[in-house]
Order: sequence, then structure tokens, then C-alpha cells
Amino acid sequence: MKHTISVLVENEFGVLSRISGLFSGRGFNIECLSVAPTLDPTTSRMTIVTSGDDQVIEQITKQLHKLIDTIKVIDFTGEDYVEREMALIKVAAEDSSRAETLRIADIFRGKVVDVTPRSYTIEATGSPQKIDALIEILRPIGIKELVRSGPVVIGRGPKGWRSAD
Amino acid sequence: MKKTGSQILLECLVQEGVETLFGYPGGTVINIYNDLIDYPIHHILTRHEQAAVHAADGYARATGRVGVALATSGPGATNTITGIANAYMDSIPMVIITGQVPTALIGNDAFQEVDIIGITRPVTKHSYLVRDIHDLPRIIKQAFHIARTGRPGPVLVDLPKDVQMAMAKFEYPDKVEIRGYKPNSQGNPRQIEKAVKMILAAKRPVIYVGGGVTLSDTSQELLAFAELIKVPVTTTLMAMASFPKKHPLSLGMLGMHGTYYANMAVMESDLLIAIGARFDDRVTGKLSTFAPHAKIIHVDIDPTSIKKNVRVDLPIVGDLRDVLQKLIAELNLSPHEVKVLASDLAPWREQIATWRQTHPMSYVASTTEIKPQFVIETLRKVTNDDAIITTEVGQHQMWTAQFFDFSQPRTFLTSGGLGTMGFGLPSALGAQAAWPQRQVIDVSGDGSFQMNSQELATLVQYRLPVKIVILNNNFLGMVRQWQQLFFDQRYSQTCMELPIDFVKLAEAYGATGLSTSDPAEVEAVLRKGLETPGPVIMEFKVSREENVMPMVPAGKGLNEMVLAS
Ligand SMILES: Cc1ncc(C[n+]2csc(CCOP(=O)(O)OP(=O)(O)O)c2C)c(N)n1
Ligand SMILES: [Mg+2]
Repeated sequence: MKHTISVLVENEFGVLSRISGLFSGRGFNIECLSVAPTLDPTTSRMTIVTSGDDQVIEQITKQLHKLIDTIKVIDFTGEDYVEREMALIKVAAEDSSRAETLRIADIFRGKVVDVTPRSYTIEATGSPQKIDALIEILRPIGIKELVRSGPVVIGRGPKGWRSAD
Repeated sequence: MKKTGSQILLECLVQEGVETLFGYPGGTVINIYNDLIDYPIHHILTRHEQAAVHAADGYARATGRVGVALATSGPGATNTITGIANAYMDSIPMVIITGQVPTALIGNDAFQEVDIIGITRPVTKHSYLVRDIHDLPRIIKQAFHIARTGRPGPVLVDLPKDVQMAMAKFEYPDKVEIRGYKPNSQGNPRQIEKAVKMILAAKRPVIYVGGGVTLSDTSQELLAFAELIKVPVTTTLMAMASFPKKHPLSLGMLGMHGTYYANMAVMESDLLIAIGARFDDRVTGKLSTFAPHAKIIHVDIDPTSIKKNVRVDLPIVGDLRDVLQKLIAELNLSPHEVKVLASDLAPWREQIATWRQTHPMSYVASTTEIKPQFVIETLRKVTNDDAIITTEVGQHQMWTAQFFDFSQPRTFLTSGGLGTMGFGLPSALGAQAAWPQRQVIDVSGDGSFQMNSQELATLVQYRLPVKIVILNNNFLGMVRQWQQLFFDQRYSQTCMELPIDFVKLAEAYGATGLSTSDPAEVEAVLRKGLETPGPVIMEFKVSREENVMPMVPAGKGLNEMVLAS
């Protein structure tokens, strides 16, 4: 099963390699990873999408927590949270498909952020499922290039955080 | 007054109470070595950086203190890796300091530059690259703290040459503040209560003890706990000396080369109380058939050890001293029930006694050739309880575990998790440096000995009177045993074709060498060797194709032991 885990880490040299090395070294799956500093510049927050059975997920959260540079580990699975991902999609849009591309972007509340005679680049945000759907619809028109940020998540309201520590 | 980075490093080591340092010099640590002359730290120059790390490891295992090793960048640093991995697998508290090229050159493929932090990341508890001299005292303080607390382990500090040469005021922090590191030392009282209920309800309980008891120095608490409930105790290789083998409740070692009765007891048990152990595959055999009737209580300081390999019915995370003391206190609240339990378990203990009688640990004696087991038994006879035994890895290691009756904690130093040939001699060196007055003996194989035999020079130079018992079968015996049993006796590359003259080798280094192939001389050679001052090699040419038995073949259940070959 898919799990989305947030990890608060020291903003230190080499932390990313400790985390990614932990996953590769122990044979854990890593589907997406995003990382950036938090309000407190001495810490970074990572969002990791991984998968595995309960035992594997328990090991992953424990192993993450065991790293000295890890301050907090939160597995959002089963909790109430908001999940958003951003994608930049360069679509081959010429002649007849130009209008169609714009319409689709509009339906998905995407924004056109770059235009050339032969392409539109669309910026879209939403749940990973929404991004998937947008990509599927644009695919027949012709996607030249695609970049996704991987999801970031945050708990809803004051509650809904399951701390794994 | 300002000090250089290398002086600050040494000040920190003095503050940490480091008396002995094992190391090897080179370009990027030359400043540290220059300042070392002025500091009250005893440095032992090994002949290889791997040996320096194993020596620091042996020092740590024999004392419980943090072992410290020092090496130069590049090849010096890479030579430490096996030693670090070895310490990591067995959770040994160590700090390894490596020199690094100047910060400005890092990443340039500079002369003798390697990314030692990157290379050792999976085998260290933590590591630091010091980029600013002002961080140095805090980092050293944290490194020692992390190495020795929680589940101990090796910490590496990589120190660039320019940081060693920079100047700053020295101030050693008196507190450690690491927000992401707060090892949980208190066992949860509710879990303790539940554990006691499970214990009181058990009919066939077994206590299964691992290296955690050694690391936390809780063999007294363990003994009190076991005696209170009169439950049999089996230990892993790493816990060997932490429960007296001669104790009536002792089952000896379990696992691949464990005793018949330990393995049978575990397989038949209805409650397994795992204490500071991690259910290694060499211990459990085939997991799906492991202890099929048992509920499992697992006590460990490291949450990741729990439920990693086996299902656990009751986890207790905490420091073993705290948990064992709480368990004893909780049991003492029900003295009557405890008494009833202890006596109700009599049939279970009798069952185990029967297994012990029908299948004792044994071997076929001989008057014509030296049986390796006989050497170990005789060694036991001629040493006292205080002797520290180290081993290399192979058959001789297993025979030592099987036939030596350890009774004192920290007297059996062996490479458990990594199984590192070449560990025994340098770790004996480290133990002897820690305990100059005690008898320190490396039980070695002919193959393993040659992996770090250069350390004879170190022993002689520093007058470290380590005694070395070589069980010479002229084979990489353990691998040969597998080839015999599982590969149709196709002895591929396990026969050491070239016989070594170990007596001459000892003499070449200025040590003493003794050798025999006569069983009648075994005791005399051992006595003479142990009495001779300085390092001594005692070579025993043993029966070449003796096997370590019993044996649970890899991937088989613990009750599928092969008893004799
Ligand atoms: C560094 C290293 N290389 C290889 C092995 C694999 N190995 C395990 S036991 C063994 C044979 C050891 O031979 P020896 O030291 O003579 O001991 P014996 O088994 O003959 O008693 C080998 C090669 C190992 N454990 N460590
Ligand atoms: Mg051999």
C-alpha cells in the first residue's frame, strides 16, 4: 500500500544522502521525494511517497526516525490531509489542437506559462490523481516534456497528524 | 589563548577521557600527530588501519568505553572500512577520526581524497565532516555521546587539513543537545505489567539473550531475573560470556551451531523472552518454522530491531537495565505466583535436562591426532575466569564458543554480525592495551591469522603479551565444511596449499613460537606458551577435516539439526 510520509530533518550537509541511502540500502521503495527548508531555516521538510506492507512501513518509519538528523516522522496515511503536486507539461500544440489544449488546461484549472507557435507549457497543481488525469487527456495531443514535483502534504486543521515517534 | 584545530581535537579527546588511541599517520593527519607528542594520550601504531580500528573495537568490547582510532585520508580511510562495518554490526561504541584534504580541494579528486563519509554512511551510526573549526568541540562531544548511548555504534569524524591548522579558542561544551536524538531508556510500565502476566502464564518459557546484555553491562540483572523465575537461558554468540555457561539454567548458544538442547527448547517453547537480541538469521534458521508455539516478548533499546525479522507479541523498547529492574520489581509484587511458576516449570526444565543428556555437546576424542575441540577444552583448563578470549572467524571460532565455559562478561570478543576474518589478533591487541595485567588470548585459524598477522610487530613493539592459539587445519575450514556437506566435497580454493612455519614467523617478529601435532603435548604447550613472557604463537596441527557440529544447514529450521557428520 502507498504511504505518504513527512520527515522533518536537520538542514545539514549530507542529510538527503542519508535518507535516500537508507531507502536503497534496505531495499525500500521510494516513489517520490521532495524537500525544501521550513520556516525555521535550520530544518528541512521532506515528503516521501513509498509503498510496502504494514511491516515494511513500520520499519521505514522506525529507520527514518533512527537517523540522528531526523527530528520528526509523520505517516499521513489514514489521516486527514491535503496533498498537492505541481506539474509543468509542454504540449505539442499546433493548428487544430491549440484550442483543444487550452480548453483542457482550463478545465483542470491549469495555467499556460509559456507559449510558442508549436507548443504550450501548462502549469497545473492538484492531487497526484488529478495530475495523472490531466496527463492522460493531453497524451493523445502530444506531450513533449513533463516534469512533476512529487506531492507535498500537510494535515488538515489542528489534528490528523499521526506522529510516528 | 587560541589553539589549532588539531590541538582542539586532542583537548577534546582528553576531556572525553581517552587514554589510548590506535592509529596510523599520513599527510592529512600529520598536524594531529605533531601535536600528539605534547598530549597525555598513549598512541599505538598498528601496522594497518584495519587493525587500528579492530584494536579500538577490542578495547571497547573489553572495557565498555569508547574505542578511538585515527587514520589519514584516502587509502588510510578506506582501510578502516571493514573495521567500522564490523563495529557497526556488533554495535560497538567507537569514534573513528580520519584526516581529509583541505576543504577547498574537496570534490576535486585531490591527492588521497575519498568521500569517506559517503562510503561509510551505511556502516556508521552517524558521521560528521567538520567544515569549521568552531564546530569541532561540539562535534567531538556529540560523536562520543552518540557512540556510547542508545544502541551504541561507530561514529566517524572527517577532519580536513585546513580545519586542523585553523586557530580558535578552545571551549568544551558541557552539554549535548541533539534534537533528533533522544534514545528511549525507560521501559513502558504497562508493557512491563503485560510481560509479567505472560511470564506467569507460561509453561515452557525460554530467555533468549543477545549482545545487548553485554553492551549494557546487565549480566547481573539478567542473572537475577532468570534465577527469580527459574527460566532457562540461551545466548547468542554475542552474549556468550554474559550468562555463566556452567549455570544450571544455561543452555549455551542457540542457532546454526548451537546446542541441541538450546535449539530444541526454543522450538518447543511457548514463550520466548528476547533480551537485547535481534533475531539474526544465523540464530533463527528458517523463519517460518522458528519457535512456532511461542509468544514473543522482545526487549531492546533499538525500536528498529523489533518486528524486523519476526512477529512480536509484546515489544518493550528501553534500556535493558531499566527494563530488567522493572521486570524484577513487578515480579516481586506477586511472590506467591512467582514461586508457583518456578516450581511449575520443573517438568519443562526436566525435559530440557533430558535433551541435554541424550545430546550433549561432544566430539570424538583421539590419541593420535589433535582434536581442535580438545585444544579449546584444555585451554579452558589452564586459564582462569579472568582471561579474555578473542577469536577470528571460522570453525575455531565456533569451537571456542561451544567448548569454552565463559563466566565473566566482556571476556569473549568475537566478530558476530560481520564475521570478519582478521578481527581476533588486532582486537586482542586492543584488549591487552586496555588490560595490561590480564591474560589475553586470540584463538585463531591458519587462514584468518594471515589476514592481520602483521600485527605481531605491534604486539612486540608495545610489549603486549597477547597469546595466540592457532588451530591449524591447513584449510579455510568452515568453508571446506560447507563444501563437504553441501557441494559433494569439491574443495574449491579452500586448501591452503602452502604450509606456513608459524614458529619462524613468530621469531621473525621477535615473538615466541611453539608448535605441536601430538595430542599428548597439547597441555604442556599451552602451559608453556601462557607462561612465556611477551607475545607467543602456539600452533596446533589439528585433525584437518573435523566438522563443527551440531549444525543447522542454512535455510533449515532449528529442529533440523545435523548432529554429526
Ligand atoms: C574477511 C573474510 N573473508 C572471507 C570470509 C569467509 N570465511 C568464513 S570462515 C572462512 C575460513 C576461515 O579459515 P580459518 O581461519 O583457517 O579457520 P577454520 O575455519 O579453518 O577454523 C572463510 C574464508 C570471512 N568470514 N571473512
Ligand atoms: Mg583453518
